[in-house]
Amino acid sequence: MSMLEVTRATLVKDLRMEWRSRDAINSMLFFALLVVVIFSFAFNPTAEESRLIAGGLIWVAFLFAAVVALNQTWARELRNQVLDAWRVSPAPANALFLAKTLGNFLFVVALEVLMTPLFVVFYELRSVGPVWQLAVVALLGTWALVVNGTFFAALSIRTRSREIMLPLILFPISIPALLGMVDATTSILTGEASPDFWIRMLAVYDIVFTAVCLLLFETVLNAE
Amino acid sequence: MRKLALISIPVTVVLLGVTSYLALEVAPTEQTMGDVQRIFYYHVPSGWVAFLCFFINFVASVVYLWKRSAASDAMAAAAAEVGVVFCTVLLITGPLWARPVWGIWWTWDARLTTTLVLWLIYVSYLVLRRFAAGGQTQVLAAAFAIFGFVDVPIVYMSIRWFRTQHPSPVIGGGQGSGLDPAMARVFLANLAAFTLLGILFLVLRYKLQVKEQALELAHAEAALKGGSQ
Amino acid sequence: MQGISDPHPPPVIVLDNLVKFFGRFAALRGISASFAPGRLYVVLGDNGAGKSTLLRIVAGLTEPSQGSLTLLGARRVRDVAHRFGYMGHAPLLYDELSGRENLRYFAGLYGIHNDEAGREAMGMVGLDPDLSRRVGQYSQGMRQRLSLARAVLHHPELMLLDEPFSNVDVHSARAMAAVLGQLRDQGKTIFVVTHQAALMEAVADEWVHMAAGQIVNREPVLRGAAAADSGLRSAR
Repeated sequence: MSMLEVTRATLVKDLRMEWRSRDAINSMLFFALLVVVIFSFAFNPTAEESRLIAGGLIWVAFLFAAVVALNQTWARELRNQVLDAWRVSPAPANALFLAKTLGNFLFVVALEVLMTPLFVVFYELRSVGPVWQLAVVALLGTWALVVNGTFFAALSIRTRSREIMLPLILFPISIPALLGMVDATTSILTGEASPDFWIRMLAVYDIVFTAVCLLLFETVLNAE
Repeated sequence: MRKLALISIPVTVVLLGVTSYLALEVAPTEQTMGDVQRIFYYHVPSGWVAFLCFFINFVASVVYLWKRSAASDAMAAAAAEVGVVFCTVLLITGPLWARPVWGIWWTWDARLTTTLVLWLIYVSYLVLRRFAAGGQTQVLAAAFAIFGFVDVPIVYMSIRWFRTQHPSPVIGGGQGSGLDPAMARVFLANLAAFTLLGILFLVLRYKLQVKEQALELAHAEAALKGGSQ
Repeated sequence: MQGISDPHPPPVIVLDNLVKFFGRFAALRGISASFAPGRLYVVLGDNGAGKSTLLRIVAGLTEPSQGSLTLLGARRVRDVAHRFGYMGHAPLLYDELSGRENLRYFAGLYGIHNDEAGREAMGMVGLDPDLSRRVGQYSQGMRQRLSLARAVLHHPELMLLDEPFSNVDVHSARAMAAVLGQLRDQGKTIFVVTHQAALMEAVADEWVHMAAGQIVNREPVLRGAAAADSGLRSAR
């Protein structure tokens, strides 16, 4: 059972199923759109001010939208109890975890690509710093949210009131990542500071927590 | 459990009484801050006990995942609860001191913010324990405890950077470098008393948790015997 | 075919004082038993007797609270995961995928990367492999058949089936029971948890009665040639 082969097959299966039902992406998109609109009512900044607050607004919006997607990560595996079929098979548990994480990562990145133009339009955003750095921050930051989010979603499906459980355990752990994303984004948009420290911090965060997730996933998957 | 409580509770209470007297009456008054500085004798020991408890929670969680022993899970649960209590004291005494001295209740300084995040993480640990279903609680909680503990240094590093990068509104407290010897003695006495109090809470809470586990098991065993005829 | 040649084959499953608590409820109350290979066992009992719990423990899905299990000679179920198949109470299939896509995916989990295994398994349970309909639009009978196909996909030597006939029409159920008989005749060991004993009468080798978390009675079936032979094991 090669791990890569199973990961690939699971990812392809998930994408195919998502494409057929479009549950997650639709609700996520609409939710993020609502957040953007409501935020733009709540804060009506000038172009200059918006540069200062956009980092926070964008990432909080993405965080909320990501939670909607993450909560659906395991929904399909629970329907018809397919997860049992997984657990009796000899396939490595971490392949399942990686496939789910990659799937969520692709969803959330797709969402960010679609949402960003809206933010740019509503807030008249124009970056002073280099835009490619924003892409680096977005990719590292999204992985940081999604890797722990996928793991914690697997924790929360074994709890009562699982939908509310996920943000309760994900947000506190994600605070440093969120801080990094917001501050790096603001630094780049205003061009006043270097985001290098944050990019390195996010990379460390990603590596450390990906390792912890892979170390513990099988234990959590088989906790029954 | 009763014998332990009979001896250790009076000892700890008396010791706390003595150290409180030392802290409030005997220790010299600080020159610039005045009497409000005396909260320091409670504040720092609470923090120390909280961090000790969180460390114990981490170790017990790792041991649980490794050995799957009910006792280590009981220890992890007890340590998290006692840790949150002392961390709450820490977070309350801090602003009480800061308001008259710094002129503000709260500032997003690295140590304060890290403590707050730490408190949030361990409260969410307790929430998870409460909401996890049945026999899976221990494994889920232990896994989450590892995430929480690993997160702490990252939180500290990132917040320190966040704050050193921007000018901070804090009027420097500037204590610690030269603590008056009389103050140091009182401080150490309080530290010892609080550590004892923390350990007492921890042990009592642990014993209670073990008894709860034993009770659950006894009920289950009774069900096992009762229905088998 | 086999079985007769070796009078004492090693048991497929050995249960040693298995106990399972759900909170204060004891679902299994100390089960010790061993099961020989090549036979079709039908596990019967009321709701709450512990049938499904026992099957889940054997399949490695649930940890026993006390006691131990040896499955196909291994202490850890995961070590022999490729040698048994499990069919759960629910279908364990993805509604959004077609039957073939489902089987192709699950075959991949067992390291089988050709389409043949899936086609063969679907043919065996009487489903058209070229059906493009998604499982969500299958009838309950088709679903259960496909679920059986999923469980036999990797040619396991042991099969654990939890209520395979629930909500299945009589015609489909009979067909599935016959397939199980054929599989047993090929030397596989099969456990079927069911309420519908009548369906299995023609093919069962042994009834295993459970009540209140214990195995209360095991009753070998004397059938046809075997009955005439007065041996416990049927000659196949």
